[in-house]
Amino acid sequence: MIQFVLRRLLQVIPVFLGTTLLVYFMVFALPGDPIRALFGDRPPSEAVIAQLRQQYNLDEPFWVQYGLFLKNLFTFNLGVDFTGQPIADTLARVFPVTAMLAIEALIIQGVFGIAFGLVAGLRKGGFFDSTVLVLSLVVIAIPTFVLGFALQLLIGVQLGWAKPTVGSNVTWGSLLLPAVVLGLVSFAYVLRLTRASVIENMNADYVRTATAKGLARRQVVMTHVLRNSLIPVITYLGASLGALMGGAIVTEAIFNVPGVGQKLYQAILRSEGPTVVAIVSVLVLVFVLANLLVDLLYAWLDPRIRYEN
Amino acid sequence: MTDFITLDPAVTPAPEKNGPVLEVRGLSVDFGVDKKWVPAAIGLNYEVRAGEVLAIVGESGSGKSASSMALLGLLPSNSRVSGSVKLAGQELLGANEANIRAVRGKDVAVIFQEPMTALNPVYTVGAQIVETVRLHSEVSPDEAKQRALRMLELVELPDPEKAFRSYPHQLSGGQRQRAMIAQSLSCDPKLLIADEPTTALDVTVQAEILDLMRNLRNKLDSAIVLITHDMGVVADLADRIAVMRRGVIVETGTAAQIFHNPQHEYTKALLAAVPHLGQGGADPAAEVDVTAALAAATHAELTSVPEEQLLRRERENAAALAAAEAARPQGQPVLELTDVAIEYPKQGRVPAFRAVEGANLVIYPGQVVGLVGESGSGKTTIGRAAVGLLPVAAGTMKVVGQDISAAKRNGRQLQEMRRHVGMVFQDPSSSLNPRLPIGESIGEPMFLSGAAKGAELQHRIEALLDQVELPRSYRNRYPHELSGGQKQRVGIARALSLKPKLMVADEPTSALDVSVQAKVLDLFQNLQKELGFACLFVTHDLAVVDVLADRICVMQRGRIVEQGTRDQILRNPQEPYTQRLLAAVPLPDPEKQRERRELRAQLLAAESS
Repeated sequence: MIQFVLRRLLQVIPVFLGTTLLVYFMVFALPGDPIRALFGDRPPSEAVIAQLRQQYNLDEPFWVQYGLFLKNLFTFNLGVDFTGQPIADTLARVFPVTAMLAIEALIIQGVFGIAFGLVAGLRKGGFFDSTVLVLSLVVIAIPTFVLGFALQLLIGVQLGWAKPTVGSNVTWGSLLLPAVVLGLVSFAYVLRLTRASVIENMNADYVRTATAKGLARRQVVMTHVLRNSLIPVITYLGASLGALMGGAIVTEAIFNVPGVGQKLYQAILRSEGPTVVAIVSVLVLVFVLANLLVDLLYAWLDPRIRYEN
Repeated sequence: MTDFITLDPAVTPAPEKNGPVLEVRGLSVDFGVDKKWVPAAIGLNYEVRAGEVLAIVGESGSGKSASSMALLGLLPSNSRVSGSVKLAGQELLGANEANIRAVRGKDVAVIFQEPMTALNPVYTVGAQIVETVRLHSEVSPDEAKQRALRMLELVELPDPEKAFRSYPHQLSGGQRQRAMIAQSLSCDPKLLIADEPTTALDVTVQAEILDLMRNLRNKLDSAIVLITHDMGVVADLADRIAVMRRGVIVETGTAAQIFHNPQHEYTKALLAAVPHLGQGGADPAAEVDVTAALAAATHAELTSVPEEQLLRRERENAAALAAAEAARPQGQPVLELTDVAIEYPKQGRVPAFRAVEGANLVIYPGQVVGLVGESGSGKTTIGRAAVGLLPVAAGTMKVVGQDISAAKRNGRQLQEMRRHVGMVFQDPSSSLNPRLPIGESIGEPMFLSGAAKGAELQHRIEALLDQVELPRSYRNRYPHELSGGQKQRVGIARALSLKPKLMVADEPTSALDVSVQAKVLDLFQNLQKELGFACLFVTHDLAVVDVLADRICVMQRGRIVEQGTRDQILRNPQEPYTQRLLAAVPLPDPEKQRERRELRAQLLAAESS
């Protein structure tokens, strides 16, 4: 068990090096000069540009730049971005916000997705099942930004039930509406996955055994069907945590959430290699840890795949 | 707590002495299919008394399982049940949900066919038994655990504590079925419904489970309804028998009546179709008295058979063996294995697994060699290696004169070799491409090898359909339009299409009902005589091998432990494992099975001492 966790943690190293290298290279290869872009319409003198280039190591070849980045990373010195802000401060500011948003979205999609999917699966072919299936298809089909703007307008502006934008004062309550928008698409997938899994397990032999023992339907469902049905759902939820962290760009833009997505978008526009790579590195770590957590949960749910040496 | 039994029948109050435990009157079951009611069981009447075993026998689709599941309301929601089911005088059909639940697991318990899927894979065996116990009686978790442990001990699990803590996948098939039985018995049921309890098990394990069930019946005095298609199991356990066909009970009677004096045509046909170990082919002179052979080989003394009779039977057996020694095979071997080891190559972290070691085997032209063994013995592995699907790790393997032990995977040499080898697979449904009409499936080997094209190919396909006795008009049908037996005929036609010198048949009839199996085996035998191909026939069923094979190889844990002519193996088995295997096959005849059972008990006793 411990050996398994260690092995999985060691796997982080090549994944981490590979992704950072790739992202660093892509930012490096972006067209345009980041320094000139900083000054907009009033170009500074060549001497200033040359000095700035040297300060950010932009005059070095790619491998040297990447090497310097790695060196800084392992000495926990992420450097400063082009506006002079320490990158570490930026990360410390944006990641908690996005983490709150992602966790809220994860809880919404997990709790409601599993509950709705379970009920739909148990009443396969019924009114509830058909309605939920059609609605989930609608949710999957509509792009996030349409859903986002629509809900913002309806709930935020017209009904006034929630603040239409989040702004700098981030609370769990103010993030509720964006979290709903962010979690909605995955909610539809979780629902469908749970439903299919419940339907399959309801036909399993052990469910018949449980009924033949004399268990009530409720007990059969809650102790026997649910746990077996959750196995594929948990895998999906874990994978979606990573997607929620990194994929919130659109939602964060609509609701003006000062999180990772917004920061990443700005950094890409400015070709700020170090900031982009720093953010991506943290996201990679989140992905890997989320997957490790899924594997452990998986083993806890299903003894057949427990990791024995 | 008072309703907790001790296991002594004298203390257990019998539920109304003499009254039937279960009384079924006019039980009908229908299933709703495409808005129509399709009957699965029609007007069944039967009853079971305490301490009695009623066997309901029939082939698939006879309604034996559906009608029994209906007793407890365990059918899916698209079903309709009518009639009357009384348990100790109390009506079960139409009773409210809470009352039915109180009966399930407590008064009536069920043992299902496949213990791997019938137990929940994510809970320990102990937890599942404790759940049952606590559901029906108010006991502390600790008392329930003690009860569960006693039950696991009762079903003769070697280490009850360990079994209690194990998950179903950590137990062997036989142990899982024991755990399932322990769970069923945990609330002291008046009636036990056993739905094909031994079908998924190996024959020696099956014999152990049958022994266990017989012991338990004597100890517990429950009524048992045994649902099975296997006449041998019926002969071993049943007091009374109901034969079902197409939803109707065609005949009921005591075991002796049904086996010795069957009245209904279908019962007679069913009994005739059961392959019977020792019976051999059509020639009555080839019949082997396996009990006598085993008794001679192991020097057992049977109290159920008079001594002179046993001696006479042993002498007749020895004489027949001497006569059979004469015939010798001719020609160059079609398949020759010399000290062959076969491995499943390693995959990622999973190391290579050596499934067969030190195998020696020769098949001469026109000879049928039966390869028998239990699951995991490596018999299928040899079959697959013979067609080049698995690499040979050591030793030499010659197929049709060519040494293929060093051949490259999918290389030219293997392709060339495969033109002379045909293969018939176990599951006819999944071994035919569902998107191809069967004519194309049969013609594909000829087309790929370039053996025939155009009109010639069409002629050959029609000729092959004739050979396996399928109408030519079937050539454009798809596999799902055919029955299981018909599909297996297609599989045989495909294997024959290149006129192979060697045929590898991997359990070709084990997925079929007995009456269908008898017809397919008959066809196979005729084709083999007519076309004269050599055959490696892989099976777990000794009785099938007995019908077909000239030689028999017995495998155990990756090794061929004994081989010889059919007569040598059946008349004079030398290896303890072969003896044990032969003794475990139940005979479809209650008296003969009683002799066999005694013999088996002596064998096991002699081995353990």
